Amino acid sequence: MNEVFQAIAMVSMGIVGTAVVLARDPLRQALILGVYGMTMIVTFFALQAPDVALSAIVVTSVGLPPMVLLALRKLREYRREHEE
Amino acid sequence: MTFLPYAVAAWLFVVGLYGIVTSRHLVHLAVCLTVVQSSTYLILLSTGYVRHGSAPIYADIPPVATAVDPVVQALTLTDIVVESTITALLLALAVQAMKRFGSVDPTFLRQLRG
Amino acid sequence: MSQRGRLLLFLPSAAVLLFLLIDGLQRLTGFGHYPGPYGFVLNGVGVNQRHATNLVTAVNFDYRAFDTLGEEFILFTATTAIVLILRHMRGERERPSGDELRRENASEALRGMALAFVAALIVLGGYVVTHGALTPGGGFQGGVVLGCAAFLVFLAGEVVAMKRVAPEKLLEFADAAGAAGFALLGIGGLVFAGVFFQNFLDLGKPGSLNSAGTMPLVSISIGIEVAGAFLLVWTEFLDQAVLVRSGGGGSE
Repeated sequence: MNEVFQAIAMVSMGIVGTAVVLARDPLRQALILGVYGMTMIVTFFALQAPDVALSAIVVTSVGLPPMVLLALRKLREYRREHEE
Repeated sequence: MTFLPYAVAAWLFVVGLYGIVTSRHLVHLAVCLTVVQSSTYLILLSTGYVRHGSAPIYADIPPVATAVDPVVQALTLTDIVVESTITALLLALAVQAMKRFGSVDPTFLRQLRG
Repeated sequence: MSQRGRLLLFLPSAAVLLFLLIDGLQRLTGFGHYPGPYGFVLNGVGVNQRHATNLVTAVNFDYRAFDTLGEEFILFTATTAIVLILRHMRGERERPSGDELRRENASEALRGMALAFVAALIVLGGYVVTHGALTPGGGFQGGVVLGCAAFLVFLAGEVVAMKRVAPEKLLEFADAAGAAGFALLGIGGLVFAGVFFQNFLDLGKPGSLNSAGTMPLVSISIGIEVAGAFLLVWTEFLDQAVLVRSGGGGSE
């Protein structure tokens, strides 16, 4: 039973990882990155690593997305300011 | 099943590299680098897995129970937090590139001078 | 080299790289058959030697504390580099704080919930940091949770509220104090017990809060450092996105 769970978690990690790369718009990619973090966390739990899963939870849900979104906002504001 | 984690990790590595090579936006490039990094976490944790082993936390299981390797988990744990800061450094460089060159397209950045 | 030329060069080499990776990885022992003795030795002696029940934290902060010192200073250096890179360029000025900084588009539900969770996150962060040697947790995870508690003040209101709760001088001091505290605990091991990073405090009973020697202290100092570093990075990005506006001359 555990083997099936591990196999499903890892295969879903591979599929969502491919989707992260194939999404060209950075804003859409930030959302898919959140889902990718979720599959990564489930895989870490399946591999009996709760400490690593806790670290991945805090980083992919509250450590990385604010930086990506704030950088994107700065780029958009700068472009709008210099085109007028 | 004995080879699936390594196959998924190798596939993620190559897919992430493909994203970096064909990227048209510096923020997209930084996120693809995150995918490459996470493939190494998967390899590390898979080498330390013991069949029918539990987590190496002995708060409620007897100290003689079989558990997975704690050393690779310690390496991966600090790795995740530190490399998110490196991604933040890449994003800061992207913001400064926009200010200095007016574009975040890597192919366009090579042609501008000064 | 054009975009298509680069892609044509990359695809065959990616295929060769994939083949070499799979060929190399399948020479490892199969998934689940861990051979090496180091993990089994640590699992056997860890609880009795260090009186800690979370062996991953024991490896991080005691057995391999030297590696963690290096990683922590990577964090410190990267944060310093971000603060240096995002310095104000010539021609930029900071928008004066005023009513336009209040986020009128934010919904009331977001602001109410964010305000309600600040105190809960501080308690949760403190719990995760101090129980590093007992349950899954430790300095790195709890530090990010503590940083998020101050970041929620920004989500609940304005940028100036967050700057009043976490001013930049305090964040820089916390970052440096955490890093220095960890190094000083290592030197304490050198001074009191003769070996760098030796656990020199009383070990206590495994399972109680005051056990495992220097591990709770190391956990607390790393928690302070990680919280300071993450908040500093968020503040820099927030300044750039919301406050800094380029003047008439633009970039140089």
